[in-house]
Amino acid sequence: MRNRPLLRTSYNQELALLDTTSKKVAVGILLAVGAALPWLVEDQLLQLIGLACVTAIGAIGLNIVTGYAGQVSLGHAFFLAIGAYTAAAIAGDPDARTIGFGVQEILIWLPAAGLVAAVAGVLVAPLATRLRGLYLAIVTLGLVFIGGHVINEWSELTGGPGIGRQPPAPKLFGYDLNASDAFLTRDQKLYLLMLVLLVLAALAARNLARSRVGRAFTAIRDRDIAAGVMGVNLARYKTIAFGVSSFYAGCAGALLYVGVGYFDPTTFNLLLSVQYIAMVLIGGAGTVSGAILGAFLITLLPRLIREVPSFLPFISNSPAESPNAYQLETVLYGVLIIVFLIFEPRGLFGIWIRLRTYWKAWPFSY
Amino acid sequence: MKDFLESVLRGIGTGSVYALLGLGFVIIYKATRVISFAQPAFMLAGAVLVTYLAGPLGFFLALAASAVLTGGIALGVERLAVRPMIGRPVFTVAIITLGIDIAVRVVVNGAIGLDVRQVGDPWGLKVWKLPGGVQVEQRHVAMVLTTAVLIALLFVFFRYTRTGLAMRAASYDQEAALAQGVSVGSVFALSWALAGALAAVAGTYAAVGGSVSESLWLIALTALPVIILGGLDSLPGAVIGGLVVGTVQELTATYQGSVPWLGGNISVVTPYVVMFLVLLVRPYGLFGTREVERV
Repeated sequence: MRNRPLLRTSYNQELALLDTTSKKVAVGILLAVGAALPWLVEDQLLQLIGLACVTAIGAIGLNIVTGYAGQVSLGHAFFLAIGAYTAAAIAGDPDARTIGFGVQEILIWLPAAGLVAAVAGVLVAPLATRLRGLYLAIVTLGLVFIGGHVINEWSELTGGPGIGRQPPAPKLFGYDLNASDAFLTRDQKLYLLMLVLLVLAALAARNLARSRVGRAFTAIRDRDIAAGVMGVNLARYKTIAFGVSSFYAGCAGALLYVGVGYFDPTTFNLLLSVQYIAMVLIGGAGTVSGAILGAFLITLLPRLIREVPSFLPFISNSPAESPNAYQLETVLYGVLIIVFLIFEPRGLFGIWIRLRTYWKAWPFSY
Repeated sequence: MKDFLESVLRGIGTGSVYALLGLGFVIIYKATRVISFAQPAFMLAGAVLVTYLAGPLGFFLALAASAVLTGGIALGVERLAVRPMIGRPVFTVAIITLGIDIAVRVVVNGAIGLDVRQVGDPWGLKVWKLPGGVQVEQRHVAMVLTTAVLIALLFVFFRYTRTGLAMRAASYDQEAALAQGVSVGSVFALSWALAGALAAVAGTYAAVGGSVSESLWLIALTALPVIILGGLDSLPGAVIGGLVVGTVQELTATYQGSVPWLGGNISVVTPYVVMFLVLLVRPYGLFGTREVERV
């Protein structure tokens, strides 16, 4: 029996979090490598991987509303901004030029950022229950513009465009995570924090997806009228989808700039939303692992592209010349989106599935 | 009163540019049920082509040439990236057009470079004085006239030509049109080409009196609230929506000084605010067709 991975003998087995032994082993190895990484990699790269972990939290959030529930949202940057500024305001220095209340405890500002963003998501949800498909996409795009205007103008909170403000400085039970000490450097601490949060976020999303709520989301995505006829309360579940997704976005926004130490209101623009959509689609819509893969790929892409000029000398590393690595990076975003959607609509996750089925039947590839 | 009239005139001028852009979106939507986010890139491409061609050809010939060339680019893009996606969910195709937009825009921005590129139009910022001291900028009159001519041509095309009839048939029911011998594929291609050409004209007029820069892109995005306002599948809706949004935007720009707490650039986001208000009352825009929902 053990050797038949697709044989299920009970419903609980079908719904299990890690349903096969190989999945358990793979996840265990990944977690072990993730936990050991601070001692294997230099700090600069570690900071980037930490950023990828936070981005992955945001991508999982967008995946809940767009991948699982099928409600296309181009407004993710708006919710990220709400989270980022809520956290920065709560944890900010009370004596500084920008609004700040000086509560640096991460257990306070992180959930608060998520909750405020979730409230905003719930407020937007009535639009989603009235509108469908592309109408909804454009309306959420409008949110990014209106939100962008507000944060650009509200310089007491945001510092104003071009000036910006500091992100929150995390402290856990009074232990300062934002400074190096005898045991760990700052980047190692922040990375471990973000890794733990990513694991928690991924677990929560996975559990949500295999619950009653998750099945309701899938029903709405596949055909919302049919779902309504079967007794799924459309308004309620769309609101839940937007609320949960915005909670994730708020938490991700709060942590996104902790590593860099500075952020500017003009960052929260349409391009940021498009990047998150790209992560979800390139990774694989409707899967948690796909969203994480996509987030890592898109976050590490600039770093990879910076290596390109050493192979292709006609591409310059200086932004003043053309073609340069920054242009190449932007073009690659576009091209990656197009290529994935045309050739592998299930994204990186789909490639993995193909590999898996190939080796499952090997050497009989038909 | 003078201020008011002048802003309304300005609004109708810029509004007609929005109307042209909106028409492009609606033509593509009617044929393929997809919103093409690639329109901003075509608009920028058209304007940049004019800046290169206006020297040797003169403004009007350059405009025509750029419209044809941009239409050609749009045609190619449709063939390469959008045609393989027939039958896939519309949202997927819309995101593909976003990818196209990002990629094409980088190339076009590279072509703009660091110079100030102008479209070489004959109007610049010259004004005509109307009785009562009201000033109207010549470029806005030119925008309105061009838009009116193009709308008339489009009307004649859709109403009286065989191809126009085929396009209308394909937008009603693709299968029935196919059964009658309409080549739906070429309808798709033609609608992308038309939309690309309209975007090129709109982009050029949007750059009249200033210079071509990356920020023209934001003007193209304003066309999105315009088409949502008018209804995604209504050509008259796009025109009316464009004029309404243009006028509201210019009026806000004139009077925003009296509400300083809203911030200095509120006129840039007014189209989105108007869109929200209209959608709360009418989810399919002012003139859009209500979708019939079946399980």
